[in-house]
Amino acid sequence: MDRLLNVVALLSAGLIVVVLASLRRAHIRVEYSVSWLAAGVCLLVFSRAEGTLIWLAGVLGLAEPPLALLFISFSVFLLVFYRFSMIISELKDANIALTQRVAILQYELQSLHEKGQAEKAG
Amino acid sequence: MRRPTGADSLLIIVPAYNEEGAVGEVVCEIRQVMPETPVLVIDDCSSDCTAVVARMAGADVLSLPHHLGLGGCVQAGYRLAYELGYQYVIRVDGDGQHDPRDLPAIFRALRESGCEMVIGSRFLDGEENHTSFLRGLGIRFFRLVLRPILGKPVRDPTSGFVGVNRAALEVFSRSFPLEYPEIEALVVLQRKAFRFVEVPCRVRPRRAGRSSITAVKSFYYIIHVLLGVFVNVLKYEGWRPRRR
Repeated sequence: MDRLLNVVALLSAGLIVVVLASLRRAHIRVEYSVSWLAAGVCLLVFSRAEGTLIWLAGVLGLAEPPLALLFISFSVFLLVFYRFSMIISELKDANIALTQRVAILQYELQSLHEKGQAEKAG
Repeated sequence: MRRPTGADSLLIIVPAYNEEGAVGEVVCEIRQVMPETPVLVIDDCSSDCTAVVARMAGADVLSLPHHLGLGGCVQAGYRLAYELGYQYVIRVDGDGQHDPRDLPAIFRALRESGCEMVIGSRFLDGEENHTSFLRGLGIRFFRLVLRPILGKPVRDPTSGFVGVNRAALEVFSRSFPLEYPEIEALVVLQRKAFRFVEVPCRVRPRRAGRSSITAVKSFYYIIHVLLGVFVNVLKYEGWRPRRR
């Protein structure tokens, strides 16, 4: 169990470092990094709290405490993915509305241009 | 495009994606049947010459800068029509399957029935052989699903040959299903306690191109539409005072 917890702690620390590095290089926006940083910190904390894992495994009826860590990891990343699904949906709606608005404005601009040319010619 | 005048202003919208082989003829046919009615082709970022062909045929063209799919494309037309002040809009597909000779009947039904939506139905004449076996099965399935939700039978829930009045236009310009919109649009209207009526119409084989719904996509279609219908049922607003 100790080895597994150490590996998870290392991976969590790695995740936090990668996210911070991405933030520094502006590869990821601050608002979208929060979920990943929270996930990394959460896993790091649990991987260092063996007593809590044993207690949680007892509460969940799991035979092995490492399964509790897997359960936590799964839940945390499920939440992160759900949040990103919501963000993607909002972005898609915004993209559609923007695309339609751009098309309509372009259309109206073209109409005005044609009208102006017709008036000039007339 | 001319600004609409009068209480019966009608705009015909033609959503088209890579339909250069058919859209010109569709526009010409519409203009033969209804010469005074403006025709707006909504080009869903086609990679062929759809927009050019449509313009040459005499239509106005609304060109989307990105491909949005059928729902987004149709909604762009509804939005423009609503903002320009049109009272009625009829959608005719750009692949040539809808016969423009049925347009006057749909327009008449829109004005006289008082319904918010008029559907050009392929099956009101009793014939069921206008479509493939699988699609026919799907249509029967959705008829059964929609019957209790809509409170009345609908013969052709997947028809894209539809006309709407300004009340429906207002709703659709704000909220319109993106993928496979026909069935969900019916439920969107139902949740506003709006009404629809079907009138018989003719269908023809596609002039060019292929249907976007393949055999594999059919399963996705069914699940997607069922979910969309379910979500719209949950959003029912019929008990609220109607906005006019």
